[in-house]
Amino acid sequence: MNERRAARSVEAVFREDRSRLLALLAARFGDLDLAEESASDAIEAALERWPVDGVPDKPLAWLLTTARRKAIDRIRRDRTYTQRLAELQVENDRATTTVTQAEPGFDDIPDERLQLFFTCSHPALSPEAQTALTLRFLADLATPEVARAFLVPTATMAQRIVRAKRKIRSARIPFRVPGPDELPARLPSVLRVVYLVFTEGYTASSGNDLLRPDLADEAIRLARILHRLLPREREVTGLLALLLLTDARRAARTDAAGGQVLLEDQDRALWDTDLITEGQRLVVPALTGPGVGPYAVQAAIAALHDEATDFTTTDWPQIVALYDVLLQIQPSPLVALNHAVAIAMRDGPQAGLALLDGLTEAEELRGYHLLPAARADLLRRLGRTTDAAAAYRTALDLVRNEPERATLARRLAELTDR
Amino acid sequence: MKYLLLINTPSPDSTEEQPAEGPTVEEFMAFDKAVSDAGVKLDGNGLDVSTATTVRVRVNGERVVTDGPFAETREIVGGYYLIDVPDLDAALDWAARCPGARYGTVEVRTVWEPDQS
Repeated sequence: MNERRAARSVEAVFREDRSRLLALLAARFGDLDLAEESASDAIEAALERWPVDGVPDKPLAWLLTTARRKAIDRIRRDRTYTQRLAELQVENDRATTTVTQAEPGFDDIPDERLQLFFTCSHPALSPEAQTALTLRFLADLATPEVARAFLVPTATMAQRIVRAKRKIRSARIPFRVPGPDELPARLPSVLRVVYLVFTEGYTASSGNDLLRPDLADEAIRLARILHRLLPREREVTGLLALLLLTDARRAARTDAAGGQVLLEDQDRALWDTDLITEGQRLVVPALTGPGVGPYAVQAAIAALHDEATDFTTTDWPQIVALYDVLLQIQPSPLVALNHAVAIAMRDGPQAGLALLDGLTEAEELRGYHLLPAARADLLRRLGRTTDAAAAYRTALDLVRNEPERATLARRLAELTDR
Repeated sequence: MKYLLLINTPSPDSTEEQPAEGPTVEEFMAFDKAVSDAGVKLDGNGLDVSTATTVRVRVNGERVVTDGPFAETREIVGGYYLIDVPDLDAALDWAARCPGARYGTVEVRTVWEPDQS
């Protein structure tokens, strides 16, 4: 056993199972700080021991046992934890006994991450804090990376995470999976966090890159974990399907220079057929049954795009029908915007434009560049060059992502050069 | 763990539109019975909403007494419950069952304890 191999093993185990380890420790001690600190202690110990003793057969079990021991040490040593010792004792008695058995095998260790998902996206925490905590504890991003994901200074993000952790501890937000009766109310915020991480990765809200592949990958990883833990929840299935079917187009969405390639211009041979197949297989159960959810419907729309051989022969009537359903179950100006664009493809630009003009007062779309951008495209197709140019300029004032800005500027130049 | 449920009701002095009807005495009695029977109630009372008096002591020691609640607000504390339950979820469940939550809002606060923050 050489040192480098041991270090690699620790790294691999930790990357794969850090969130599982944290979830187990958080469930055990009801405290995210203690979970993080004892996990770090265990890693440190592993880096010290494994090169000498060899990598244990069950690395996660080793780390878990060590971390638990380190946590107890910390509780005894640290005055801030002594107050909680009595409470923890009670928690210990209540906790599942599986974890306390000596040297459990890898597969015997329960996956407690679902509890952690629900705690991190508890409605008593602000939406920003929910996303930050989920990225930090379940997606294995360090605080500076989480800060970068949301374009805030590291200090701001660190403060946000500290405050959220303090609320979990002080208000005693529990580490538990909501019961079946609570799940419909609690699951959407868990899914929304994962969805938001993905959308930021799909099209970064600002910056020089169109995509943030790291965030898209993390979101898909989180959706896969959720799907594994809640295989029968159709909206979880729908969300995973949506992410896969959308991410399947990633390679075609930028050119060699990192420029944006719009759906109508994409080389569909570059789309990832494995992801599409996997997504298609998930869409069916997500859609089947009473009371279809918004993620399943959006996944179905994404599947129709993926199945089309080109932009014009896309099944627009079916896409419009699905947006009609989506407007019913989740009415929002953003959905109405996408619906209007689909109507324009089915019935012509004039019909779409009429719907878009009804959205200009919507508060939710104020400052959103894609509304004037969509209007501009339809005006251009109608030959209303002056109006189209004005709408492109409005969109250019609002857009913050560089490749998107370049696309809009190119469209505007094409209009005014003529 | 102790939680204080602050039951906010629309202030009678508020110029904003009042809800059609407030919670009935029977609804509150039913809630009080439920929270008492569950053994989680430590204390709880309704408060008169029209008799508030505010006291403030200035830096120079002068006592200033004024009629009414501290500030012109849309809502005023109309009652409270102090409950002892295991965690925030349980406290939120009781808050949601409180009739006041359907007519105004119920703010859930934790009782500060040393070494907690």
